[in-house]
Amino acid sequence: MGAPLFCRPAELLIRGAHVLDPRAGIDTRQDILIRGGHIAELAVPGSIAAPDDCDVVDGTGKHLFPAFVDPHVHLRTPGQEHKETIASGTAAAAAGGFGAVIAMPNTSPPVDNASVLRALAQTADREARVPVGFLAAITRGQNGQELTEMAELREAGALGFTDDGRPVVSAGMLRKALQYQRVCGGVLTLHEEDPALSAGGAMHEGAVSARLGLAGIPSVSESTMVARDAALAIYERGRVHFQHLSCRESVAALAAAKEQSALVSAEVSPHHLTLTDESVRALESSFKMNPPLRTEADRTALVQALRSGLIDCVATDHAPHATHEKEVPFEQAAMGTTGLETAFAALFTKLVQAGELELSALVERMTAGASLFDLPQPTIGPGQLASVCLVDLRAGWEVGGRGYVSRSENCCFHGQTLRGRVLLTVAAGAVVFRAVSAALPAALTAVK
Amino acid sequence: MSGIGRHLLSIEDLDRAGIERILDRAESFAEVSGREIKKVPALRGRTVVNLFYEASTRTSSSFELAAKRLSADVVSVRSIGSSVEKGESLKDTVQTLSAYDPAAIVIRSPHVGAAALVAGWTAASVINAGDGKHEHPTQALLDVFTLRRRLGSLEGASIWIVGDVLHSRVARSNILALRRMGARVTVCGPPTLLPREIEALGCEAKPSLEGLSQADVVYVLRMQQERMREAFVPSLREYVQRYQITSTHLDARQLLMHPGPVNRGVELSADAIDSPRALISDQVKAGVAVRMAVLYELLVGSPVLEAVA
Repeated sequence: MGAPLFCRPAELLIRGAHVLDPRAGIDTRQDILIRGGHIAELAVPGSIAAPDDCDVVDGTGKHLFPAFVDPHVHLRTPGQEHKETIASGTAAAAAGGFGAVIAMPNTSPPVDNASVLRALAQTADREARVPVGFLAAITRGQNGQELTEMAELREAGALGFTDDGRPVVSAGMLRKALQYQRVCGGVLTLHEEDPALSAGGAMHEGAVSARLGLAGIPSVSESTMVARDAALAIYERGRVHFQHLSCRESVAALAAAKEQSALVSAEVSPHHLTLTDESVRALESSFKMNPPLRTEADRTALVQALRSGLIDCVATDHAPHATHEKEVPFEQAAMGTTGLETAFAALFTKLVQAGELELSALVERMTAGASLFDLPQPTIGPGQLASVCLVDLRAGWEVGGRGYVSRSENCCFHGQTLRGRVLLTVAAGAVVFRAVSAALPAALTAVK
Repeated sequence: MSGIGRHLLSIEDLDRAGIERILDRAESFAEVSGREIKKVPALRGRTVVNLFYEASTRTSSSFELAAKRLSADVVSVRSIGSSVEKGESLKDTVQTLSAYDPAAIVIRSPHVGAAALVAGWTAASVINAGDGKHEHPTQALLDVFTLRRRLGSLEGASIWIVGDVLHSRVARSNILALRRMGARVTVCGPPTLLPREIEALGCEAKPSLEGLSQADVVYVLRMQQERMREAFVPSLREYVQRYQITSTHLDARQLLMHPGPVNRGVELSADAIDSPRALISDQVKAGVAVRMAVLYELLVGSPVLEAVA
C-alpha cells in the first residue's frame, strides 16, 4: 500500500455536516474533529471548539461519508503513461471522494513478477494521492498458460490476482490457481468472458447490435463463465471475486453460487447500473466498454442485486484512454470509460434520486470493496485514521465542463449534469482533495 | 415537408417524402442518361471526393459517373496506394481532403459509423457508400427506385430478403427503406446468419424458404465464401440445397433482385439470374441516376428543375 507521504496529517474541524456511515450506524448531523490525521471527536453540532492550528470547514447542508474504496481501476503504469499515471489516476480518485483504490495488473509489462510489483509500489509511495493496492496477474503475461509466482507476489504486496482485461479461458488453469491459493492466499479476481462466444464483438448482442450491424457480445459469454468458475471455486473451496457483472444471467449465476459458498463476491460498475445499450445507437465511442452496456432488464437486475447486497460493491473499472484511441470508428475504438470522478454523482443522480437505491446502501456499497480485499475498512469513529469525504448532494455540475483530473477524457457521462459534488476528501489521515472552484460555496474555504 | 438534410448517412435520415423526392429526381436523371450527351451542369465548379477504404466496383464507378454527369470535378482516393497505407488516421485523411473544399465526400469504409464520424470532421456533405455491416443507403434507394418503376407502389408489397443478413449492410438499409415505403419485409436465412432480435427493425424472420411463394419480391443477398470457413453454415452444398433461389422457386408474378456481385450457383442458380424475373441489371442501371439524384438533392436541393433541363 502506497501512502500519501507528501500530505501532512490533517488538522481539521468539519462543522455540522450530516454524517452517514451505515457500518458505524451513524446517520445524523455532527461536528467532527480530526487531529493528527485521526478522528479525535464526534459531537453534536456546535459543541466542539476549534483548536488554533485547525482548518475549519462549514459542513452545514453537506454530507460526510466514509471515503469510497474502488477495487477496480486501471492506472496504466507502467507502459501506458499517456493514458494515466499513478499520480493523475489517484488524484482523480481523490476528486471523486475515493480514499483508496486497487490497480489492475494489465499494464505493459503486466504485473506478473515481484520486481515489477515492487517498482510500482515504490512509485506509488512517491506519487500516489490516495493509498493504492495492487493486484498481480494470475498467469504469466496474462496469457493463460502458466501461473505467476503467486506466493512471491503476495510477499511483495499483491492483494490478490487477476488477468483482468482477459478471462482465464482454461478451466484447468483456473483450478490450479485456486489450488495454489491455499498456499499464498489473495483473492482470485475474475474477468468473466468466454471468447468463443464474444470474440470480435463490439457491443451487447441484441436489438441495437442487430440494427447497427455490430458484432455482438452475448450476455451468456459472461454468465456461463461465472457459473463455471463459481463451480470450480466451490469445488476447491477457493475465494473468488467476480468483476464488473453486466447481465441478469450473471446475477442469477452469482445467486446460485452464494447459496453454496461464502467465499464468493462480486462488483458492478456505475455505467452498467445507469446506462443501457440504447446509448450505443449514436456510435459514440465513450459508450464502448467491456463488458458492454446491456439492456434495461439487465440494468434493473444489477441495481436490484446491488440493493439486496447480492452484489457486494461498486467498482468503477476506471479505464482511461487517449483521445486518439477513441476518436476512431466504434469497432476500432479502445474499450473502457473513466469513472473515478463521476461514480458517486452518477449513482446518486440516477439511482438514489430516482428512488432505485437508498443513499445509505450506496455509501455502503461504495466502501465495501475494502474488506473484500483485506484493506482497512474506512469507518467514521473516534480513534480511526481519517478517511472521509464531504459531499454537497444539492450541487449540480457538468461532467467535463471544467476538464478532468484524470489524464484522459473518455467518460461515458461527459456533458451530463449530475448532482452530488465532492468538496473534500481525506484519505489515510491527510487532506488529498479540496475543491477550490469559484462556483463552490464560499463556506467551504472559510476558515474561522 | 420532405426531410433531406446535409448528409446521407443512414436511411433513417430520410422520411418517406424525402425518399420519394430523391426517386422523382432520379427519374429525371434517368432521362439524361438516355441522351447522347449525358451531362448536366448542376455541379459545375464543385468538387466531389470519393474515399473508398474497401474494394468496390459498381458503387465507386457509379458514384464517379454520377458526379461527372453533374459536371463536378471528381477526386477518387482508395486506401491502397494512398497515405492511408502509411497509417494515416481517418480523421487526418478527411481533414486533408477537406482542405480542397469539396462539396461532398462519398465514403466507403469497413467500419460501422465511419461516415457519421467523417460528417463531424468536415464542412462537406457526407454520403455513406457503405459503412461496415451497418448501412448502404444509396443501394437501398436504387433498389426502391427499381421496384417502384416495376410495381408502381410498394405499399403492402411482400418482400423477402434471403441469405446472409448478419453481415449485410444492404439488408439493413433495405429493411428500413422498404418499411418506410409501406412494404412488408421478411428476412430469411440460416439462423446462424440472422442477427438476434432483427425483428426489432420491423421485419419477420424465417429460418427456411417455406412461405416464399407469398413474396412479391425475392431479394437475394450475396453469400460470401469466407462464411463457410467461419462455420456459419456446415457446407456450401447444404447452403445451396436449402437456400439457393432457382427459377423453380419463382412464379411469373414474382420479381428477383440481388445487389451484386452474384456468386453464380451459390445463392442464385444460373437460370434464376438469367430469367426475365430478374431485375439485377435494372438495379445496376438505376445506380447512376439515383446517385446523381442524391448528390443533387444534398448539394443543390430546392426545386431548381431548370438545372436538369
